[in-house]
Amino acid sequence: MTTDLSRRKLLMRGLAATAGVSALGAAARIAQKYGLIPPDHRGIYGPGETLTYASQRLLTRHSLAREFPQTQISNPPLANEMPPLNEAFKSLQAGGFADWRVSVDGLVDRPASFSLAQLKSYPSRRQITQLQCEEGWSYIAEWIGVPLSHVLDAVGIRPQARYIVYFSIDPDWWDSIDMADAWHPQTFLTYGMNGHELPVGNGGPLRIRLPRQLGYKSVKFITHLTVTRSLKGYGKGSASASPEGGSYAWYAGI
Amino acid sequence: MPLGTSIPSSAAPVSATTVASRYSALVRVTHWITTLCFLALLVSGIEILISHPRFYWGETGNVLTEPLFKLPIPSSRNLVPTGYGYVLPDQNGWSRYLHFQAAWMAVLTGLLYTISILFTGHLRKNLLPSQDHLSWRVLSTTIANHLRFKPPSEAEAWSYNVLQRLTYLLVIFVMFPLVIWTGLAMSPAFVSAVPASVTVLGGQQSARTIHFFVSVFLVLFLLVHVVMVCVAGFKSRMRAMITGRADTPMERT
Repeated sequence: MTTDLSRRKLLMRGLAATAGVSALGAAARIAQKYGLIPPDHRGIYGPGETLTYASQRLLTRHSLAREFPQTQISNPPLANEMPPLNEAFKSLQAGGFADWRVSVDGLVDRPASFSLAQLKSYPSRRQITQLQCEEGWSYIAEWIGVPLSHVLDAVGIRPQARYIVYFSIDPDWWDSIDMADAWHPQTFLTYGMNGHELPVGNGGPLRIRLPRQLGYKSVKFITHLTVTRSLKGYGKGSASASPEGGSYAWYAGI
Repeated sequence: MPLGTSIPSSAAPVSATTVASRYSALVRVTHWITTLCFLALLVSGIEILISHPRFYWGETGNVLTEPLFKLPIPSSRNLVPTGYGYVLPDQNGWSRYLHFQAAWMAVLTGLLYTISILFTGHLRKNLLPSQDHLSWRVLSTTIANHLRFKPPSEAEAWSYNVLQRLTYLLVIFVMFPLVIWTGLAMSPAFVSAVPASVTVLGGQQSARTIHFFVSVFLVLFLLVHVVMVCVAGFKSRMRAMITGRADTPMERT
C-alpha cells in the first residue's frame, strides 16, 4: 500500500515536472513569436527584464504616452549634462547644420540619406510630452518633428525587420528599439522644441523621441539608422550603448 | 491553528513546554523571500535615489524647479547641486536591474501569500482582529504592555495580538499595494496604458514622492518588527519562523 502510494506520488510529481517544463518551453516559444523577449533576457537579471518587457508590451500595444496642455510646458526646459561634442559635430554646427544628414539602411528596399531640410519638408507633427530621466527628474516640452514611421515608409521596411538600431554622431552613443516602438505614432525624429529649433543642449539638430520610455532611449544627434533582424554584432551584444557604458537595461519603459 | 502533539522537551529551561508548528511552511517561505526582496529593493532604491535626492510635487521636477524638499546627502550626479564638494559613484545600472527583478519576485510572492491566506484561514484566524480584540480594554492593555516592553503572554506566542494584527493588515493590504502602485505610476509605459494611475496621485513627481514616504514607513516597520522580535525572544522567534516550531512558554530563564 505504501509503495503504491509513493509510486503514485512519484509518477504524479514526474508528470507535474514534465508538464511544468513543457509549459515553460511553450510559453517561451509563444513569447518569442509575439516579440515578448528582450535582447538582454540572459544573465542574472534576465527573468526580471523579460517579465517587465513582456507584460508592458502586452499592456501598451495600442497605448499613447500622455500628452499635456501647453500651460504645463516646463520653462525653461532642462538641458542635461553632456560629454563634450566632437569635431565632426562642431564643423556641422559651424555650417548651421545645413549639411546634417541621417542615413537609413539595413533591411530596407531603398536605402536613403535625408537632410534636415528634407525631414522638415515631410508632414510635421508635435507632441507635448514628458521627458523622464531614470535618475528621477523630468520636464515637459513640445517636441516637433517627423514621425519615424513616415521615414520608414519612405525607405520601405522588409518584413524580416525586428529592430532599429540608431546612432548618434558620438560614436560611443547608440541604442535600439523593437518595431512596435519604431512604428509607434509618437516615435519622432525631432528637430524642434517649444516652437523653435531643437537646442543643442536638448539634442539638436536631430533627436529621436520615444515618450513611452525613459530619457536615455531618446538618443541625441542622430545621424544613422539601421533596420535589422538581429542585434547580434552590434556592440558587445547588449543591443545598446547604455548596457555597455553603465549597464542600463535595454528596455526603459519603467 | 491546530497544535501538534505535545512533546515534553528536556532542552527547554522552563517547565510545561510544548513544541508544535507555529507557522505553516508557506508563511515561512514567503516571509523569507519577502525579506530578501525587501532588502534588495531597499539597497537598490537608495542607490537610485541618490542620483537625484530632491523631491517634488506635481507632474514635473528638475534642478531648475523648486523642490518640495531635498535630502541633505551627496548625489551620484554632477547635475545636482548638493553643496558637497564631491560626487558619489553612479550605481544606477545594476540597481535598476535589481530593483525591478526584486519587485517582480516580491509581487509574485505577495500574490501567492495573499491568495493562500484566504484559503488556509490564516487571514481569518490570525490577522483579522476578533470582536474581543477591538474593545478599548484589550487595545489599551496591549498598547500599555508594548510601552512597558513587556514580553508577550503564553497565548500571544501562538497567534498575534491586536496591534500586530492591525499593523500587519496595514502593511499587507495598504502599504505594499501603495508602494507597487506608486512605483508603476513612475513608469512612462505603464501610465500610457493606465493614465489614471498617475493623474489621481497628482502627477509623476508626486508618485515618486509618495513612493519615497511609503518606503520610509516600510523601513520603520521593519525596524520595529525586528525590535519586537528581540523583545519577544530572538532565538525562539527566529526558530519559529525558520523551522516552524515554537515552544511555550517563552524561553526565559
